[in-house]
Amino acid sequence: MAILDLANPTRFLALSARLLPWLAAACVIAFAVGLYMTFFVAPDDYQQGATVKIMYLHVPAAWLAMMCYSVMAISSLGTLIWKHPLADVSAKAAAPIGAAFTLISLITGSLWGKPMWGTYWVWDARLTSVLVLFIMYLGLIALWRTIEDPIRAGKAAAVLTLVGAINLPIIKFSVDWWNTLHQPASVIRMDGPTIHPTILWPLLVMALAFTLLFFVMHLMAMRNEILRRRLRTMQLQAASARVGVATPQAAE
Amino acid sequence: MTEFLELGPHAGFIIACYVVTLVVIGALFVWILADGSRLRARLAAMEAQGVTRRSARARSADARESGS
Repeated sequence: MAILDLANPTRFLALSARLLPWLAAACVIAFAVGLYMTFFVAPDDYQQGATVKIMYLHVPAAWLAMMCYSVMAISSLGTLIWKHPLADVSAKAAAPIGAAFTLISLITGSLWGKPMWGTYWVWDARLTSVLVLFIMYLGLIALWRTIEDPIRAGKAAAVLTLVGAINLPIIKFSVDWWNTLHQPASVIRMDGPTIHPTILWPLLVMALAFTLLFFVMHLMAMRNEILRRRLRTMQLQAASARVGVATPQAAE
Repeated sequence: MTEFLELGPHAGFIIACYVVTLVVIGALFVWILADGSRLRARLAAMEAQGVTRRSARARSADARESGS
């Protein structure tokens, strides 16, 4: 029943308005705890020294870049299969947020790479596939802006999003399939994390903070998108009313 | 606090990462907030001109009927 209720944009606006302050507060608390642990609790890495502190931004941003695209892919299924009224609203709202997290992941990774690898960039599979993800986000944003009718734009973007989802396993497994400077997975592994708990816990708290930030911004952007569609409907209504009045006069 | 400032020989890279993250997220957040207030202002202007959505008209008609 709750899911069906959410299908109604007006109910979604009411529910999200109640939820947002709590999510925002949880996000601020998680960031405060995460940053405290990063700078005052977590030790320096025995090889990397203090540059390991870049990991607390880079890794959550990279996770969120992929999670955001997964949200868009699931929303695209909602658009194409179930024609859920909020599905393409969700996908459209998530794209700029995903692009921002991907950009953060690319820049922080590059700034981490220079002191550790001796270079800002290499064209290996992991870095290139994440760059492709960023370009896909920009392409989807452009597609939504190109097609004026939001329903048609939503369907076209949903197809493109689902095609682009093939990039997600490529990003995830690129470090296993090809030679790369990038380290293999060290947290999400079948045999458990290989990071010491003193570094793992601050990382997980920062990941939680980034996830909450994503949900806060996604809900806000979805609310904006619903308002944008309402405004468009009202503008079309006002325009057709003007034409309706003008036509008889023109005929006279 | 001394520990906080001891970021080693690559402090510039570490600080740059935190600044870039803050700027990107801050810009996105401000853009979402500004977009929301711009949309609400335009919706209010349309309503002030007497343009209402079909569902809003139906709701006000229902309210009138139940009131009468």
